[in-house]
Amino acid sequence: MSQFAINIMFVGGSFLLYILIAIWAKAGSTKDFYVAGGGVHPVTNGMAIGADWMSAASFISMAGLIAAGGYANSTFLMGWTGGYVLLAMLLAPYLRKFGKFTVPEFIGDRFYSKNARLVAVLCLIVASVTYVIGQMAGAGVAFSRFLEVESTVGLMIAAVVVFIYAVLGGMKGITYTQVAQYCVLIIAYTIPAVFISMQLTGNPVPPLGLFSTHIDSGMPILDKLNQVITDLGFNEYTADIDNKLNMVLFTLSLMIGTAGLPHVIIRFFTVPKVADARWSAGWALVFIALLYLTAPAVASMARLNLMTTIYPDGTAAEPIQYDERPNWVREWEVTGLIQFTDKNEDGRIQLYNDVPAFQEQADARGWNGNELVVNRDILVLANPEIANLPGWVIGLIAAGGLAAALSTAAGLLLAISSAVSHDLIKGSINPAISEKGELLAARISMAVAIVVATYLGANPPGFAAQVVALAFGIAAASLFPALMMGIFSKRVNNTGAIAGMLTGLGFTLAYIFVYKGWLFIPGTNNLPDTPENWVLGISPLSIGAVGAIVNFAVAFIVSNATEEPPVEIQELVESVRYPRGSGQAQDH
Amino acid sequence: MSGHSYDSEKYWKANLRLIFGSLIIWALVSYGFAILLRPMLAGIPIGGTDLGFWFAQQGSILTFIALIFHYAWRMNKIDEKFGVHEE
Repeated sequence: MSQFAINIMFVGGSFLLYILIAIWAKAGSTKDFYVAGGGVHPVTNGMAIGADWMSAASFISMAGLIAAGGYANSTFLMGWTGGYVLLAMLLAPYLRKFGKFTVPEFIGDRFYSKNARLVAVLCLIVASVTYVIGQMAGAGVAFSRFLEVESTVGLMIAAVVVFIYAVLGGMKGITYTQVAQYCVLIIAYTIPAVFISMQLTGNPVPPLGLFSTHIDSGMPILDKLNQVITDLGFNEYTADIDNKLNMVLFTLSLMIGTAGLPHVIIRFFTVPKVADARWSAGWALVFIALLYLTAPAVASMARLNLMTTIYPDGTAAEPIQYDERPNWVREWEVTGLIQFTDKNEDGRIQLYNDVPAFQEQADARGWNGNELVVNRDILVLANPEIANLPGWVIGLIAAGGLAAALSTAAGLLLAISSAVSHDLIKGSINPAISEKGELLAARISMAVAIVVATYLGANPPGFAAQVVALAFGIAAASLFPALMMGIFSKRVNNTGAIAGMLTGLGFTLAYIFVYKGWLFIPGTNNLPDTPENWVLGISPLSIGAVGAIVNFAVAFIVSNATEEPPVEIQELVESVRYPRGSGQAQDH
Repeated sequence: MSGHSYDSEKYWKANLRLIFGSLIIWALVSYGFAILLRPMLAGIPIGGTDLGFWFAQQGSILTFIALIFHYAWRMNKIDEKFGVHEE
């Protein structure tokens, strides 16, 4: 059977499964549509959160980021997991006790203000739309590489599948497809990793392999990797870094941002009890950690594999002839994600770090510049081919990458559509809308959101590449502090909360725009986006944590200068703190 | 649920204490061991690198999991002790 047929089989089979689940899990009420009926088991929910959370970025890009940055990019590993500790202790149980359907609804009720709710809706939509574009674009790329269709056509197919289960089943359909998608993506991610770890270290558990001995050299694998890449002018993989303030703030921004992202928070509304919300967070992190502990192993091993492929006789010897390059290099060259230029015209592939410090050595060897450019996103996708794994593993990777992209896209689309139908339509425009009317409105909002996301996925605007800055920055600087203060303070009032959200948001966006251009329009930045120009060395991607501090401070100062919240609001805060009675608190 | 009783205040304080302790460990393993204190752990070798690197790529994640399960388990006990648990 051809590779193409195998890929079709795996992807088609997984899509068929998702559609069958959609037909089985049709939503009959708004409660089904928004919170899957509210009866999801915490382990099931943990698995669904895992798929909801792990996007195309986690599945495809993260290992590549770590491979390129080594220790410095551990920030992604800690930042994208540490947020679950905050969720479990600071947000999820209390928001579950509150027992409503959306994140803006809590902000609106707690701060007794329609305006606060609208600010939250706006933040939610900007963060989620930015995020979803990347998922749709990622699905398109996976399709074009593995199923040999145009990226736009692939995007359409993905949109139709999401349409079927998200419009039909809402959160109920999404929950159970996410469980299936988690299984697909985690199997797809770990199988090649196990094979590679076995080949390089003999240890079948990749996270253990990372700290084991490299069979060929007899050295610890990280030592071997350090040696090979420093020989070629790259920084040591495990080297410490100087700018620790920025590393701390970047990690903190990712953690707070994770905890404040609405599409993750609403998944905690689907469990029956407050205690289940706490357990869900733990299970979610277990399922997430299966991939996040594997990723750094994949990163270092794949990088070493790539280097030894190019320099089979060691870095002191000549690299391979271009004509003798392995088959996977040929295949990825077709996509443009691997590019070779024979700068010194010797027919060999010189791969090294083309920096002034390495110039002398490069000159001595007759090298005329780095000749191989490898897009870091291909690391995971090409993994099975690099390790010579059988064709079905490649089919599995295709299905896994799509599962990661689609499960996150569906969660985001639900967060967007419920904000539109529940917060805007029922909350503001037409409060008298019937249950049936709202369910229809929710379905229509979902359909519109999918069409918009598909269009933007095919024609990504400039800000689509700024997921980390925009989505995590907004969630960290505006939503997380508002939610946390709403639970942990009885004193913060409507004026304080709105002032806090707006200044946190304004401050964060302004700092990002100064370096990345206003509204990300190229050329409109006031300062070049380089470390020398950053205030105290804080990158625009790390500013969300500072924005959160601004939000907290402004909210407290303004609240203390204005009147206390009414008694019934203080009682609402009391009530979300105690688990008993969450079953009764429902939206009717 | 009586919102202002003495017990419910003690319940909330117990929760805050548990959160505070958990977040100290949360910060210590990630911002501490993995980032700021890494040079101090450089003398402890592990598989070709140092303990700080291990915390940055594995140790902090494993600690986060333990923290959440410990919190969920302790809070269930505290819920029951103060009679605010759900049936």
